[in-house]
Amino acid sequence: MPQSGSAIATLSEVSVDCAMNASAKIKTVDVAALKDVAARLRGKVIEMSHRAQTAHLASSLSCCDIVTAAYWHACRIGSDRPSDPMRDRFILSKGHAASTLYAALAFKGFYPIELLESFCKNGGLLAEHPPANLLPGVEAATGSLGHGLPIGIGMALAARLRGERNRVYALLSDGECNEGSVWEAAMFAAAQVLENVCVIVDYNKWQATARSNETLALAPLRDKWQAFGWDATEIDGHDIGALATLLANLPNGSGKPFAIIAHTVKGKGVSFMEDDNNWHYRAPTADEVVKAHKELGLI
Amino acid sequence: MRNAFADELTKLAKEDHRVVMLSGDIGNRLFDGFRVAHAERFFNCGVAEANMMGVAAGMAMSGLRPIAYTITPFVTTRCLEQIRVDVCYHEAPVIIVAVGAGLSYAGLGPTHHSCEDISFLRSIPNMVVICPGDAWEVRAALRAALGQDRPVYIRMGKKGEPLVHDGIPADFAIGRAITVEEGRDVCLLSTGNMLPETIEVAQQLKENGMSPKVVSFHTVKPLDDVCLEKAFKEFRLVATIEEHSLIGGLGGAVAEWVVDNAITPLKFLRFGTKDAFFKMSGEQKFAREQLGLTSRQIAGRILDALA
Repeated sequence: MPQSGSAIATLSEVSVDCAMNASAKIKTVDVAALKDVAARLRGKVIEMSHRAQTAHLASSLSCCDIVTAAYWHACRIGSDRPSDPMRDRFILSKGHAASTLYAALAFKGFYPIELLESFCKNGGLLAEHPPANLLPGVEAATGSLGHGLPIGIGMALAARLRGERNRVYALLSDGECNEGSVWEAAMFAAAQVLENVCVIVDYNKWQATARSNETLALAPLRDKWQAFGWDATEIDGHDIGALATLLANLPNGSGKPFAIIAHTVKGKGVSFMEDDNNWHYRAPTADEVVKAHKELGLI
Repeated sequence: MRNAFADELTKLAKEDHRVVMLSGDIGNRLFDGFRVAHAERFFNCGVAEANMMGVAAGMAMSGLRPIAYTITPFVTTRCLEQIRVDVCYHEAPVIIVAVGAGLSYAGLGPTHHSCEDISFLRSIPNMVVICPGDAWEVRAALRAALGQDRPVYIRMGKKGEPLVHDGIPADFAIGRAITVEEGRDVCLLSTGNMLPETIEVAQQLKENGMSPKVVSFHTVKPLDDVCLEKAFKEFRLVATIEEHSLIGGLGGAVAEWVVDNAITPLKFLRFGTKDAFFKMSGEQKFAREQLGLTSRQIAGRILDALA
């Protein structure tokens, strides 16, 4: 894990900030419970990909820990009040990981878990990318990359104008950082001093057909976000406890929007999928689902 | 038109606290009044239109009524995907206001011309397209846009256009064309900044013994069915007049309407720009002349068609 030392250093700074920030509620992170949720999410998205024979499974798996830390620990979003104007917003800007979002929202009770069986079926509500104004809990229709952050910034500015304290999280893929609109948005958020905005980059080192750093020069990614006026840190994107702590501690006292460069593994959790980019498009067979569920400790 | 827009917006923002103004680093001093009165609701989004449109959508999804404003090509085709996905797909009530439509900025060259925007924007679901005919219609369009709850595109000229109305047209409604002059034999449907030119066309037709009706067909989407039905039923000749490509603009929309309604027009002429970039230097008047869009040229073609 590159620069894990600096990530740890930042984490200890965070706890100091956290202690100093009177408004931040310090909630103990139940790492074991979060790990259990993340494993079940992974099991579900593998099952969904198999049933629907859809692509992007590896992208969905790389962000399961981030999504779990957000929905089960950090974000104030209740399935009982999905339109509450005071809720935090979690935007899956990397919309191709829709199955992870769909499963998380179902697990959280935004709609029945059985609805997941209709994933990508004719006439269903769960298309391969999250839809607009159709499903409770889906904040924005994404799938075309580079859209989630600008939308989130608009939401954050609206909250600030109203004097509300809700926070906006946007989960981006590393490939998505190819899009110019991401960097337009980054500069704008910094100029607007939006400390209630947090970007998480699911840095799994792959985009659709190649290594992300061989496609466009993303590295050094943390430096880039910092140069664009953000507070930025790097973290093991599968360290669910550290993720939960960082995400919950927003605003983090830096006075800047916050970027978390989460180093992840594409296909995380299943040995024969990890870091193998064929799983950007491949869907698992029934046998592979069983194998994967065994590895995840689900059967 | 742009001064009327800035002035009306400043007033509306006072009445409606949901109104926020997003500028793509344009309108030097134009929004000083707005900025003094509503500093916290003015956002200079810089030369970053894709972000500006996404931000506007996010604001609209959170209950605000953002107005996104810059020069026509940059607030339309430059960020077309954000308009399509963030604004229209989400049915986010963003009001997109463009300055310098058509050939208003002729002298700046084709990068700053906009003769394709109506075509692009009207093909997107949930979008309303309004091209006000004068500064009073700009004010009316802005009020009408804020009075409903969906995406709207307002396509303005530049500044100093002749006034056609005496005040805000009382009967202004989205999708309902305004009759500026009654007539019996030729129906002139003008959209946007061609309205003053169209009134001159009518004058010249009258001098040749004709009785032209002049319509400010300000809303290109949705079309005014009643107005079109009457036009094609009661007039010997119907003409659409616009500073926009013949592909996909008002003329294109009306041609589609004619086919879809199984109407056989007696005579139907479409005046607009050619399918070509206008590369010569020169101001708007010169460009119109080169493209056959002066009142004299339009009236001439109409008279020929009826000869």
